[in-house]
Amino acid sequence: MATVNPTIQSAGPAAGSRSFLSKLRDGDEIARLITFLFAASVVLITVLLVYELWISSALPRQKFGLHFFVTQVWDPVMDEYGALPFIYGTLVTSVVSLLLAVPLGIGASIFLAELAPPQISDTLQFFIDLLAAVPSVIYGLLGVFIVVPLMRTVIFPGLNKPLGFLPFFKGPSYGVGFLTAGIVMAIMVIPYIISVSREVLLSVPRDQREAALALGSTRWESTWKVVVPFAKTGIMGSIFLALARALGETMAVTMVIGNTPKISASLFAPGYSIAAVIANEFTEATGDLYLQSLIELGLVLFLLTFILNGLARLLIIVTTQKGSGVGNR
Amino acid sequence: MSARVKWRRFVSNFMLTLTGLCALVSVSVLFLILGYLVFNGGTSINWAFFTQLPKPVGETGGGMANAIVGSAKLLMAASLFGVPIGFLGGIYLAEFSGGAVASVVRYAADLLNGVPSIVIGIFAYSMVVLPFKQFSTLAGAFALGLMMIPITLRSTEEFLNGVPRYLREGAMALGASKWKTIASVVVPAAYRGILTAILLALARVAGETAPLLFTAFGNRFWSRGWEQPTASLPVMIFTYAVSPYEDWHRQAWAAGLVLLGLILIINILARTILSRGIAVPRS
Repeated sequence: MATVNPTIQSAGPAAGSRSFLSKLRDGDEIARLITFLFAASVVLITVLLVYELWISSALPRQKFGLHFFVTQVWDPVMDEYGALPFIYGTLVTSVVSLLLAVPLGIGASIFLAELAPPQISDTLQFFIDLLAAVPSVIYGLLGVFIVVPLMRTVIFPGLNKPLGFLPFFKGPSYGVGFLTAGIVMAIMVIPYIISVSREVLLSVPRDQREAALALGSTRWESTWKVVVPFAKTGIMGSIFLALARALGETMAVTMVIGNTPKISASLFAPGYSIAAVIANEFTEATGDLYLQSLIELGLVLFLLTFILNGLARLLIIVTTQKGSGVGNR
Repeated sequence: MSARVKWRRFVSNFMLTLTGLCALVSVSVLFLILGYLVFNGGTSINWAFFTQLPKPVGETGGGMANAIVGSAKLLMAASLFGVPIGFLGGIYLAEFSGGAVASVVRYAADLLNGVPSIVIGIFAYSMVVLPFKQFSTLAGAFALGLMMIPITLRSTEEFLNGVPRYLREGAMALGASKWKTIASVVVPAAYRGILTAILLALARVAGETAPLLFTAFGNRFWSRGWEQPTASLPVMIFTYAVSPYEDWHRQAWAAGLVLLGLILIINILARTILSRGIAVPRS
């Protein structure tokens, strides 16, 4: 070490005192400039994206203002546009998907992080990663041909008979609808919840578990009353992340939600979502107001996912740092 | 043993079994998907599927040769656009940047990564389709390339940061300039990780449908050039699956099997390229 340190120290000032010209000849400044331009272009593209969404949706913002978000009429013929049915559809399907995906995902991540031996946990995580790589149009394909018929023949009769008095489970069922979309979306977001929650749970320091076990708690008690509360914020983060994915989900939802701009209390009724209406109507949008109304919907979607992603990242960072901080002590 | 302890044991075992079931159900979805695709699509994959154009509506048979070539063209052009920006930008972040600029770039990349793919489609539409007044392969490639940038950028940065300091110091002590150190020592040391990340990014955009709907659009024939609309596998699956024709459903399953097979193979390949010990960063 003693011989290395002086060398580095003497190299430092020597490098600094080289003239700009010689640095230029070595190519350092050029390389720096080129890579900077590429890095800066990422910022430029992002800014441009937001700017483009904003100015391309000026017309409906002027014409409808905030009414855009609370009116239900979506009528291209009369040139009247209200986003409420789409916002409703997006929210309902997201909530349904989270209700299904969160317990399953967190349960699975507890198993992977706490119970399974490392090798099994890694293998299962590998499959979960592959599951996350399945494109949404494939989920849509399976949704159309497997879930929709299943919905019509099994799930609808099963829920409608005992619970049909509730407005959520009133008939009739066409197979497509909010619940179908919610189920397909749930399957799609489960891998995200599992991956992130597992990571967060694994970052909980060992002494937390050991302390709980030493006090005589069972394995489940140490997991549920100590480890999970410790990782709570990070798990919340994983849920927000999943929610952001669910909101922006397009293809699978478009294929199974029924594409009807209506607000219905029944989960079996067909509906529409923000992403689905953009996917279906964008190429056919004649007239500036129509097209720009769709772009404003895109802007809404962008802002929603932007906020959720930001929150999710914050929560995950807070928890994993809390874990590693305590663990290092 | 008191009844209370017994009860607690029972609850513990019961809940832990339940979590195991959750994991089992989640993982089995992957095999269910694969099983259904092979079962429904396997019989429809034949020579014609890979070599023929789609037949006109009503006629059975035909294939998706144009969509397969279209997807390949889209992915190639998307990589040519997205990978250099992500890779060189990542080098800047890891090697040259100081403080504020880097965090702005990182923030922008994370933001871009979270943008729903359909919104990326809108952006590509207004940037490429509107000025040229037509749907084109290039517009589709632009949209897919945009989605590759953040993944490539962040993982390039991550893997370069993972290269040990003494390698850099060794090269510099031999008199290499900074960029020479980067080009001949640092990047080669991290290339496995970076390659993995690029492959994963490619696999991710290969299945994207939403951004292609109003950029590359679709085409029942061969695309005549980069400025012409083109068919692609994901969009074909979508249009065929929601169509009312039995024969198209059959082909949608076949296309789904081909697409998913391709994506899973790239994924597995990418993860095996990485030697053990280096974690694959999640997008």
